[in-house]
Amino acid sequence: MTIDIVMPQLGESVTEGTISRWLKKPGDEVEEYEPICEVETDKVNTEIPSLYNGKMGEILAQEGQTVAVGEIICKMEVESETVSQAVESDKPISKTQERNEADTSMKHRYSPAVLRLAQENQIDLTKLSGSGKGGRITRKDVLHAVENKSAVSIPAKNVTAPVEKRKVKETPPLEILVEDKIVPVSSIRRTIAERMVKSKTEIPHAWTMMEADVSGLVALRNKYKNDFAANGIPLTFMPFFIKATVDTLREFPYVNSVWAEDKIVLKKDINISVAIAANDALYVPVIHQADEKNIFGIARSLQHLIHKTRNGNLGIADTQGGTFTVNNTGSFGSIASQPIINQPQVAILSFESIVKKPVVIDDMIAIRNRMNLCLSLDHRVLDGLTAGQFLARVKERLESYQVDTAL
Amino acid sequence: MFEVQRLGMVAYQPTWDEQKNIVRSVDEGKIADQLLLLEHPHTVTMGRGSHLSNLLLSTQDYKAKGINVVEIDRGGDVTYHGPGQLVGYPIFYLGDQKHDAHSYLRDIEEALILALSSFGISGERMEKHTGVWVNEEKVAAIGVKFHKARNKKGYITSHGFALNVNTDLRYFSTIVPCGILEYGVTSMSRILGKKVDMDMVMNEVEMAMREIFT
Repeated sequence: MTIDIVMPQLGESVTEGTISRWLKKPGDEVEEYEPICEVETDKVNTEIPSLYNGKMGEILAQEGQTVAVGEIICKMEVESETVSQAVESDKPISKTQERNEADTSMKHRYSPAVLRLAQENQIDLTKLSGSGKGGRITRKDVLHAVENKSAVSIPAKNVTAPVEKRKVKETPPLEILVEDKIVPVSSIRRTIAERMVKSKTEIPHAWTMMEADVSGLVALRNKYKNDFAANGIPLTFMPFFIKATVDTLREFPYVNSVWAEDKIVLKKDINISVAIAANDALYVPVIHQADEKNIFGIARSLQHLIHKTRNGNLGIADTQGGTFTVNNTGSFGSIASQPIINQPQVAILSFESIVKKPVVIDDMIAIRNRMNLCLSLDHRVLDGLTAGQFLARVKERLESYQVDTAL
Repeated sequence: MFEVQRLGMVAYQPTWDEQKNIVRSVDEGKIADQLLLLEHPHTVTMGRGSHLSNLLLSTQDYKAKGINVVEIDRGGDVTYHGPGQLVGYPIFYLGDQKHDAHSYLRDIEEALILALSSFGISGERMEKHTGVWVNEEKVAAIGVKFHKARNKKGYITSHGFALNVNTDLRYFSTIVPCGILEYGVTSMSRILGKKVDMDMVMNEVEMAMREIFT
């Protein structure tokens, strides 16, 4: 009988492969496990074995052709009883790592990848025991710790908040004691200061807050967290917040606009600026065309921007073109904030800490995960009504996430 | 556990033949996994994904410059090998693991990032561009082949990575490395501003590979 041979799945994140060479021609005898072709994905050229004894049939995917996983690449003639064997699907077996309890000389040598991973997931490396040589902490150790996070996570602490202290009108002459430490103002700090003052003095800021029930979202995120981590992408709540914001911005073009004195420009693209704190400074790199990305895409872009920010590699293009800013103030424990608008944008949205609270549902008291959404708006462009409707829709979207929502 | 062979400066073609022999021996269980560390004389190799347009000179021009051009069976586009570049060929049996090609690439990247960190260099990954990067310039290229094991389940790897230690980067201008136009190449010596001891790099790479792959 004739059977179809399909493009195999060559890795978890691999969706397609390119036929680099056929090793068998139609009519050739093929033994079980003998390679029939080579497939290239990224930088790997892999021999694809036949799962059957038989004879090569028609070739449907030509050399150089890129084929999606699961699509037919060729036909094969096989004896009927051999086909009943199911396709192998061996699970990855994690290598057991040798543990060297005595030698911990390398424990405090961290690779950059390990440091980054720990930083992103707020893992305290000093609390981990390393399985690498000399007790060195490896990437796998950190990933493992991320899965069992609570034990080793760093308590949220003094991260630079985007909220500048208000200046007192008349500053009395500054008294500097010998014991006081003087820190020169860096150029990035000066830029931040100037922009904050300009925004706060030019824009009539108005502020509004709503509380959302994110119990479903919490369950959903916990469900997918490990899947994402397995692909090297930490799944925080941020991608969900950004997705809900982006989908709502499409409904409210005025919130995705720019004040230009004699006109208001409604921006076509939705480019989300994300406030990221790094090395005592605040950066707002941009996820461009965020409305074209799904949760996975947003998570990836976010991870990429965080890497670049923390390594000081942000390019000019990375920080330009933002049309709306989101701020994850909850990550350092805040439950309410009054963010300053990132000019020339007209609004900024802060997502605060998710807190378990008793709430009344149908006259019963339930324990739910609640979160505050804080919106600062430019009252020249937006009124309370539009801002309120916008925020209510974001809240609605966040509340609509349930554990069974498809990503 | 794998064994390490330091081969010094060796020509491309015989080393490639040797790789195929080792793949066979590993497959037959005659020898342990091997990691070959070596340098090649000036050679341009074209992987299975190569586009001829990424070779910027004619065949005669390459010959005149003393550069060999070889068409080979690894994944990836065009690359350059030459003196001062540490080439590593892990011939590893990836047995019971799911043949997840990409996680193998990530592991090699991780080992090189780890090795570079010993020299104070922060290597990084770049999304969609396999290899190790420093400030958007590639310091190490990766291209591999997965051979179906004939005598057991799973795959055996060949080809591997090329880390620019003291490479004369001018030779890269004769090709479009890996078909990527927008990012440049760099070397450890360029990053550190001094010549780097190849033996030290081999020691660190060997240690890092052991850490990641054992």
